Amino acid sequence: MLKKLESIEATALETLSAVQDENMLESWRVAQLGRSSPLMQVFNGFSALSKEERPVVGQKANQVKNALESAFTARQVELHQDVLRRALNQEQLDVTLPGRVQPRGRLHPDTQILRELYRVFGEMGFQVYRSREVESDEYNFQLLNFPVGHPARDMQDTYFIATEGRGDNPLLLRTHTSPGQVRSMREFSALDPENPPPVRIIVPGMVYRYEQVDARHETQFDQLEGLAVGPGITFSNLKGTMADMARRLFGAQTRTRFRASFFPFTEPSAEFDIQCFLCAGKGCNVCGSGWLEIGGSGMVHPQVLANGGYDPERYSGFAFGFGVQRIAMLKYGINDIRNFWENDLRFLEQF
Amino acid sequence: MKAPLSWLQDFVEIDLSIPELAHLITMAGMEVEAIQIIGLPMPEPGSVDAHLSGLAWDREKIVVASISEVMPHPNADRLVLCKLFDGQDEHIVLTGAPNLFEFKGIGPLSKLLKVAYAKEGAQIYDGHQEGLVLTTLKRAKIRGVDSYSMVCSEKELGISDEHEGILFLDDDAPAGTALADYMGDAVLDVKLLPSYARCASMLGLAREIAAMTGKTIKPLRRFGAQVAPGRGDFAAIEITNLKMNPRFVLGLIKEIEIRPSPGWVQRRLKLAGMRPINNIVDATNYAMLEIGEPLHAFDHDVLARRAGGKQVKIITRTALPGEKLVTLDNIERTLDETAVLVCDEAGALSLAGVMGGLESEISSQTRTILLEGAAWDFINIRRTARTHNLPSEASYRFSRGVHPSMAERGVCRGLELMQAWSGGEIAPGLVDQYPLTRRDPVIYISSADVKRWLGINLSTEEIMRLLSALDFQCKLDTLNIGIGLFTTPQVIQVTAPDYRLDIGEGVTGKADLVEEIARIHGYDQLPETRMADELPPQFGNLLLEKEERLRDLLVTQGLTEMVSYRWTTPEREGRRLSPDSPVDDKPYLRIANPLAYEKGFLRHSTLASVLDAAERNARLRNRLALFEIGPIFLASEENDLPEERHQLAILLAGPRSLGGWQPADTSTMDFYDLKGILTALLAGLRIPDVRFEPARHPTFHPGKCARLVAGDRQIGSFGELHPQVRERYDWPAAFRGPILSAELDLDALMELIPVLRQTEAVPTLPPVLEDLAVVVDEAIPAGRVADLIRQAGGKVVTEVRLFDVYRGEKVGPGKKSLAFNLTYQAMTRTFADKDVAGMRMRILRRLEQELGAVLRS
Repeated sequence: MLKKLESIEATALETLSAVQDENMLESWRVAQLGRSSPLMQVFNGFSALSKEERPVVGQKANQVKNALESAFTARQVELHQDVLRRALNQEQLDVTLPGRVQPRGRLHPDTQILRELYRVFGEMGFQVYRSREVESDEYNFQLLNFPVGHPARDMQDTYFIATEGRGDNPLLLRTHTSPGQVRSMREFSALDPENPPPVRIIVPGMVYRYEQVDARHETQFDQLEGLAVGPGITFSNLKGTMADMARRLFGAQTRTRFRASFFPFTEPSAEFDIQCFLCAGKGCNVCGSGWLEIGGSGMVHPQVLANGGYDPERYSGFAFGFGVQRIAMLKYGINDIRNFWENDLRFLEQF
Repeated sequence: MKAPLSWLQDFVEIDLSIPELAHLITMAGMEVEAIQIIGLPMPEPGSVDAHLSGLAWDREKIVVASISEVMPHPNADRLVLCKLFDGQDEHIVLTGAPNLFEFKGIGPLSKLLKVAYAKEGAQIYDGHQEGLVLTTLKRAKIRGVDSYSMVCSEKELGISDEHEGILFLDDDAPAGTALADYMGDAVLDVKLLPSYARCASMLGLAREIAAMTGKTIKPLRRFGAQVAPGRGDFAAIEITNLKMNPRFVLGLIKEIEIRPSPGWVQRRLKLAGMRPINNIVDATNYAMLEIGEPLHAFDHDVLARRAGGKQVKIITRTALPGEKLVTLDNIERTLDETAVLVCDEAGALSLAGVMGGLESEISSQTRTILLEGAAWDFINIRRTARTHNLPSEASYRFSRGVHPSMAERGVCRGLELMQAWSGGEIAPGLVDQYPLTRRDPVIYISSADVKRWLGINLSTEEIMRLLSALDFQCKLDTLNIGIGLFTTPQVIQVTAPDYRLDIGEGVTGKADLVEEIARIHGYDQLPETRMADELPPQFGNLLLEKEERLRDLLVTQGLTEMVSYRWTTPEREGRRLSPDSPVDDKPYLRIANPLAYEKGFLRHSTLASVLDAAERNARLRNRLALFEIGPIFLASEENDLPEERHQLAILLAGPRSLGGWQPADTSTMDFYDLKGILTALLAGLRIPDVRFEPARHPTFHPGKCARLVAGDRQIGSFGELHPQVRERYDWPAAFRGPILSAELDLDALMELIPVLRQTEAVPTLPPVLEDLAVVVDEAIPAGRVADLIRQAGGKVVTEVRLFDVYRGEKVGPGKKSLAFNLTYQAMTRTFADKDVAGMRMRILRRLEQELGAVLRS
């Protein structure tokens, strides 16, 4: 009987090694461990055995059963692993096939640049103040020290609105965001005319110049004006603020440069340039000699402060302005300013 | 303004390189836009931030030479051979220069001709080619004669585009000298901003250079006799409008002889951009370029004739309406009362400060010159020069402002130059009317002012030094020196020089001086500091924040932002309205001077801009999802500032998804895609209770259009484009599906966004979900059914979501079945089946009573 058990075990293990899949394994289990299997028959035939044989055969039979069961489990795991391995080997995607692209929306590059500027200036305490696009001559020019007929007006070729009966104060498309200076100062000083509060604002917005359009000149463009007024604002503060802006926008190493200039509504006046970040100031075909012209600036002219309700003997201020597209063009390598308002999706989809 | 370096050096010693000089001038506010090199070494590329042109002359190979004889060419009539000495050797040089032909074949010349000579191997411009093409002289045989060198024209030397003949030098030019040493130069083209009018002369620019380099200005070089001091008696002056003509000065020179001016004078004028005419006109121009006062020379004999033997009397006055004057360009100009005229008793002589008249112009017969130097109102001159389109060197200066003190100086200098170059005799004294004497501004400034504006500490002495460098007279103001213990800061009394009009008084004058202090001190010497001032009151910009949130939400919905030109035409915008609807008759804001008619009107509709952009992009993309936020402009009735309203426009068209290599929903978007976006937008903005109502709108299909209403305020409309609107745009054939768009009143929408919003607690108890399908008449809008379910269900029905609409046999004709998912949810209890059954009954009863709805079994 013990021999028989050994042979059952040997046969079973041998057939198990031939088992190739889960179906065969199940058949094997029925055949070797099922109710009518030879091993079970040994258990079933237990009662026919002698008292002496029973413990010996029983022990042996249990050993064989355990051995077959663990062999079964091992084989089962093995087969499962095989199946998984085969499946993993077969389920190979072509990862170069395109993904399912969801239509994606985009912010206009102008909005993106403006947001960056809002953030940079916001952290320096400048709040956004917005002002109208169609202006009067008074706000666009006269209150900013451009008298009627003054040659400084040649610096800003103007689109006028066809209106009648307005004499020396026609309507026009603002040529700069600077009317926002007087408008904001008047709003702020009205809060406390005797002791007007300080002002620290940026004025973004569309401005218009009567100019032939080409890759570098637009007749409608976005400008960002800045104004800081208070009892102790200095030209050195202006330099520091522009330098901080340049470092934030173009990198910590960026240097700024101030050149004397003229704007009727600032005194002293300055143009500010930044060191070209494309060539690190060595000179390239974008900058020429290492410097990029960015914008105009200066200390607010005493008359303009007075026009805004701020006593120029007590208050001082600085103002600056620059073209937002100019910054975007530099940052994104855009070589034609006309792209901005043409709304060609081949341009917009790059942002 | 073009400033030759050599001319500047008449007034100031310059020991800077050309790039250094250009940088210095640019940094001081006078941008050097271009530099023309005349023979001097060419600056390294990238060393100057200005357009560089011109030619460097090899000092060995391009030299001064003398021609002693001009001989005919044996084989060519149009060529001559010059016997030439270059300081070392004699050469036979072949040339075709027409200005040598008069010397041809007359034997050895009595007076040597001095020329610019380029030797073999020299690099010059090719005179026979268009534009500037460099060439190197090589040995060749021309018509049987050896040629290896050249006598040069101005074009070949890169001085000008003159190539009619060769350049003649002055008789005293030493043969053999490098041409670059003899006449090498550089011309700086300086852009002068309006406040730099004082620098519109060699002296003016030299003063700035001197101040910045710590040099002193050299006195004027003397060329001829001076006018004797005193009052002249050769003419009378009557000024009728003091404001227009604050000063008028006359000088007289007799027995002059009209001839060409000296070569060096002509060369200087040319380098400075003016055409030499004759010694008299050149003297007026030279004096103007040199010291800044435009002068006008009258033929005194013509004036005397007009006066009929009486003394000449000059009258300045405004023109009569319609008065005519023939200016020296031989154009008859009709004037109005804004123009100012210089007249005599017989009538108008010249357009003051802008252009002379033809009759009293200098001719070759002129023997006596009456020389005018005057001061004019610059704004008026600017207007006149513009009206008559007469930009000139004189109006360039007068329209920026020339100080009245210059009138006298200009006349004196002009007379001196005329005397030197024409050999005349200057009549003693000047006739001078200066009724509106200009007082030079006096400003009081201290180091505290400098500190306040610039943020730096400069001593009183330093401030005085900086201002004195620019000719400001500075002295310590003794009245303001402190007494006893309380010493106040020292105050400087500053008087502006008598050639500047750009310095004000009081606090403006202080600011003007601070600019001069900063410029001469150097902007780059000022520190970069952060503001120490108190922050202003913090208002933020809530509207902008809301607007940016709106943008983000739209982008999240897959829309691309556009920004359009604000201009349009009524015709182009009119396309957005169907032909059978009323036209947009609100008046447009019209641009008086548009670049083109197409850019002549400010838009009334952001949607029209978006439709235009969609039309263009439909050729590039089959799916469009666009939005724009921006202003529209509505003219005011009273010619006042227009109303600038803000709109949001959205456009959708094309397939719902982009499709690809796998199955995807590429069916075209419809009304409900747009409605979905708007719904999500309103939810994202936390705007509650906006109703969608059927509406009519001239842009949209009458059956596929809705409006958004909040309370009693309409905030916009949307829908599918009206078929006849669609037809008005040029869509590509492949672009077939519906075009959806929306136009919303952004200002109204922004107002509806709540500033604060509270959230609800997350329920901890499970909800009960059930489906409810009801059959209603086709005419009943689904929205009414849903609203009624919410109403009847009350607060515990937290969500009502339509998931199916069925029409067909099972519900019968004229009916539809609407199936909803309902969520019952309470915070404090769990609903049992019987609770839900009760609520369902209540809802169904309401639906039945009010809408005749039947539960679909």
